[in-house]
Amino acid sequence: MDLITPGFGLVFWTALTFIFLLVILRKFAWNPILGAVSDREEGIKTALASAENARKEMENLTADNDRILKEARAERQAMLKEARDLKSSMIESAKTEAKEEANKLVAQAQAAIASEKKAAIADLKSVVAELSISIAETVVREELSDKAKQEKLVESMLKDATLN
Amino acid sequence: MNSFRTVFFSAVFLAISFLGFAKEKQTTQDDAPFDPKAMILHHVKDAHEFHLWDWKGTPVSLSLPILLWTDNGLTSFSSSEFHHDDEGHTIVEANGGRFVKLHEKIYQLDAGATTVAYDAEHHPTNAQKPIDLSITRNVFMMWISVALLLFIFLTTARGYKNSKDGVPTGIAGFMEPLIIFVRDEIGKPMIGEHKYKKYMPYLLTIFFFIWINNIFGLIPILNGANLSGNIAFTFTLAMFTFIITTFSGNKNYWKHIFWMPGVPVPMKLFLMPIEIIGMFVKPISLMIRLFANITAGHVIILALMSLIFVFKSVAIAPVSVAFSLFITVIEIIVTAIQAYIFTILSALYFGMATEEEH
Repeated sequence: MDLITPGFGLVFWTALTFIFLLVILRKFAWNPILGAVSDREEGIKTALASAENARKEMENLTADNDRILKEARAERQAMLKEARDLKSSMIESAKTEAKEEANKLVAQAQAAIASEKKAAIADLKSVVAELSISIAETVVREELSDKAKQEKLVESMLKDATLN
Repeated sequence: MNSFRTVFFSAVFLAISFLGFAKEKQTTQDDAPFDPKAMILHHVKDAHEFHLWDWKGTPVSLSLPILLWTDNGLTSFSSSEFHHDDEGHTIVEANGGRFVKLHEKIYQLDAGATTVAYDAEHHPTNAQKPIDLSITRNVFMMWISVALLLFIFLTTARGYKNSKDGVPTGIAGFMEPLIIFVRDEIGKPMIGEHKYKKYMPYLLTIFFFIWINNIFGLIPILNGANLSGNIAFTFTLAMFTFIITTFSGNKNYWKHIFWMPGVPVPMKLFLMPIEIIGMFVKPISLMIRLFANITAGHVIILALMSLIFVFKSVAIAPVSVAFSLFITVIEIIVTAIQAYIFTILSALYFGMATEEEH
C-alpha cells in the first residue's frame, strides 16, 4: 500500500522542480530551438521555391534561345537563297548583255567592213580610171604617130581591158 | 585502497551535491535470512539517504537533508543522524521535537515519550507523522536529472545561436532529431497543425524529463533512483496533464462530456457520468501506466538478482545475470517507449480538449 500512496514531499518537490524546469527550458531552450528549426525549414522552403522558379525561368530562356536561333537560321537560309538567286540572275543578265554587245560589235564591224570595201572599190575604180586614162594618153600619143599601130594598140588594149 | 575509494567517491558526491557524506560503522545481520521482498521494496521505494553500497558490512551512503514541517515550524537535520537506522531505535532531537525513522517514514514522538510504542500491527501509537519535505534520494536524483537536462538543452540552444545559418552544431545535431520527433510525431498529429505550438514546451519537457529519469533508474550504481517508478512523481506529472487538459477545454470538449451531441436524450444522460469519469480516468491511467511499467522493470531485475541469494549459490549467478541483462536491454527500450506514451497520450488529451466541432 505504501508503494502506491503518493508521498506529499515528493509530489511537492516534483511539482516545484517540474514547473521550474518547464519555465527555464521553455524560455531558454524550447522556444529558441523550435524557432531556429522552423526558421530554417522556412528558409529551405523558400530556397526550394526560388530554385524551382529559377529553373522555370531558365527553361523559358532556353526555349526563347532556341526560337531565336531557329529564326536566325531561317533568315540566314533565306538570305543565302536570295544571294544565290541574285547571283544567278546577275550572271544571266551579264551574259545576255555581253552577247548583245558582241552581236552589236560584230554588226558594226560588218558594216564597217562593207563600207570600207565600198570605199576601196570606189578608190580602185578611180585608180583604174586614171590608169586607163594615162594608158590611153600614152597609147594615143604613141599611136598618133603611126596610124596602123594606133589601131592595133587600141584593139589589143580593149581586148585586155576586161573590166571586172 | 579502501579509504582511497571512500575519499574519492565522497569527493565526487560532495562536489555535485554539497551534501554531507556518512560512513558509519555498523554491524549488519549477515546471519538473518535473506528477504527478497524487503530488499526489492527497499530499492523501489523512496529513501531518506542515498545508499550506494555496503563495504565490509558498513553501508556507504550519501546522507541527505531531512526537512520536516512540525508544530514548531520547519525542522531540518541530516539523515546521517539516524545512523542508517530504519527501525525506529535511534531518536534524533531537533527543534524541540524527537524524531525516529521507521521504514523510511519520519515520526515525531509525542511530548514526553522516549521510545516508540507499537500496536499489534507494528504501527507506532505514541508518534505522529509530520509533513515530510525531505530531500529524499528521488528528489536528489530529480535535481541531478534537471541539472543534466538544463545542461543538455541550454547547450543545444546555444548551438543554434552560435551557428549563423541555423544549422545545428555539436550536441544540437544529436538532440534536434529527438526534438523534431516530439514535434512532428507527437505534437502535430495529436493536437493539430494550428494549435500544437502552445503545447510544445510542455510535451518536450515531460518527454525528456521522464526519459532521462527512466534511464537513471537503470544505472546500477544509482540503485535507488526510481523516480519515474514512484507514484508521487507520475501522479504529479499526470496532474499537470489533467490541469492543462481541463483548462484548454473548449466549448466542444465540454459539450462532449456533459451533453454528447448527436445521440438521443436518454443516451446523453447515460453518457454524461461515463464521460465525467473518463475525464479523471485518463490522467489516472497515465499515472499508473508509467509507475507500473518502471517499477515492474526494477522488480524483475531485482528479483532475478535475488535468486542468487535465495538459492545461496554462485552457480545460479550466470542465469540471473543473463536474464537480468536481457530484461535490462528491454528496459532500455521501455524507458523511451514509456516517455513516448506518456507524452503522446498527454498530447492526445490536449488535442481532444481543443478539437473544433466538425
